[in-house]
Amino acid sequence: MDSATSDHPPLPERRERRIPLGGNADNGLKIVVVGGFGVGKTTMVRSVSEIRPLNTEEVMTQAGAGVDDLSAVRGKTSTTVAFDFGRISLNEQTVLYLFGAPGQERFWFLWDRLFAGTLGAVVLVDTRRLADSWYAIDRLEQHGTPFIVARNDFGGPPHTQQQIREALDLPAHIPLIDCDARSRESSKQVLITLVEHLHALSTTGRPVQETTSP
Amino acid sequence: MSRPGRDEDPDRLYTLTGGRSRAGSAAAAFDLVTLVVSESEPTAGMQSEHATILRLCQYPTAVVEIAAELRLPISIVKILLCDLLDQGRITARHPRTAPATPPGARTAIAATGTGGPVPHAAPLPDPHLLEQVLVGLRNL
Ligand SMILES: Nc1nc2c(ncn2[C@@H]2O[C@H](COP(=O)(O)OP(=O)(O)OP(=O)(O)O)[C@@H](O)[C@H]2O)c(=O)[nH]1
Ligand SMILES: [Mg+2]
Repeated sequence: MDSATSDHPPLPERRERRIPLGGNADNGLKIVVVGGFGVGKTTMVRSVSEIRPLNTEEVMTQAGAGVDDLSAVRGKTSTTVAFDFGRISLNEQTVLYLFGAPGQERFWFLWDRLFAGTLGAVVLVDTRRLADSWYAIDRLEQHGTPFIVARNDFGGPPHTQQQIREALDLPAHIPLIDCDARSRESSKQVLITLVEHLHALSTTGRPVQETTSP
Repeated sequence: MSRPGRDEDPDRLYTLTGGRSRAGSAAAAFDLVTLVVSESEPTAGMQSEHATILRLCQYPTAVVEIAAELRLPISIVKILLCDLLDQGRITARHPRTAPATPPGARTAIAATGTGGPVPHAAPLPDPHLLEQVLVGLRNL
């Protein structure tokens, strides 16, 4: 990314560019944006984040056991999963962290470790490659994590919402919306749609249904 | 050249944490978004990663941000944080998303609903918290 303005001299140290939270911040929340390769996860995080997205990683053993046992790290039997994140200060106390996470199979070994307690998820899809998101949707349903689906518009062939729902086997009560991950307003609307969905679930006590596909 | 910290030399990670295994327990208490606050200044002779954490956390800083800054895997950072917590050099503000009242309604429906029991279903967050989130998002 290029720097936003030329009014200021370039800041040499990454650490000095950090924007700290206010001293009263005391509650961190998580939302995960999950989707296939190149579907726009990082773009969406960047669009709404108050910080430049940062990248980090977790290590797991081949068995997916994490690295509590450091001998596994030592023995080089481990592999890493990288993800990026951004941050939105919602008010003085509450900070929302937005994670962009890959949908590949090996990533889900780490889901419980990393994203237990997440408010919910956005499944970002590209209609040219809808099948890339099947696995993520299956796993979210299995985990009972509430989610919505956002179609990122890459100018592919126009599909009706109904066609997409059918392709994804998406139940009617799960919101499906269009978005442009490059747009802050559009990405913000995606998050609002997710949280409204969560709010509806939390006030009606509606369970997250598992789809029983025919 | 890939980002430093990628494909980290396992021996370096091992040395950083003194080869300790902090299975479950203390390290597991740190969430990705637990906000860490320093309660003391770095001291001379302190392990450099510990000192860096204390400097970073003069303001509340999430575990995941610390990991990104240190360019270390999350698990390793949690072990370093446990050290500092044990020494009383940091405090931790853990996330609070659970409903204010027990999720009885949802559990009951989940158990009797047409979809059958929901495996792994976490309790949904407190509606009031979600309302605050919505206000914050709409004000963006
Ligand atoms: N046309 C169009 N392009 C987009 C949109 N969102 C993202 N892109 C572009 O698609 C490319 C991939 O976007 P990323 O945000 O890097 O995707 P990602 O999901 O993070 O990719 P990986 O982390 O590599 O899996 C970039 O060149 C973006 O500029 C969109 O809404 N429309
Ligand atoms: Mg990305």
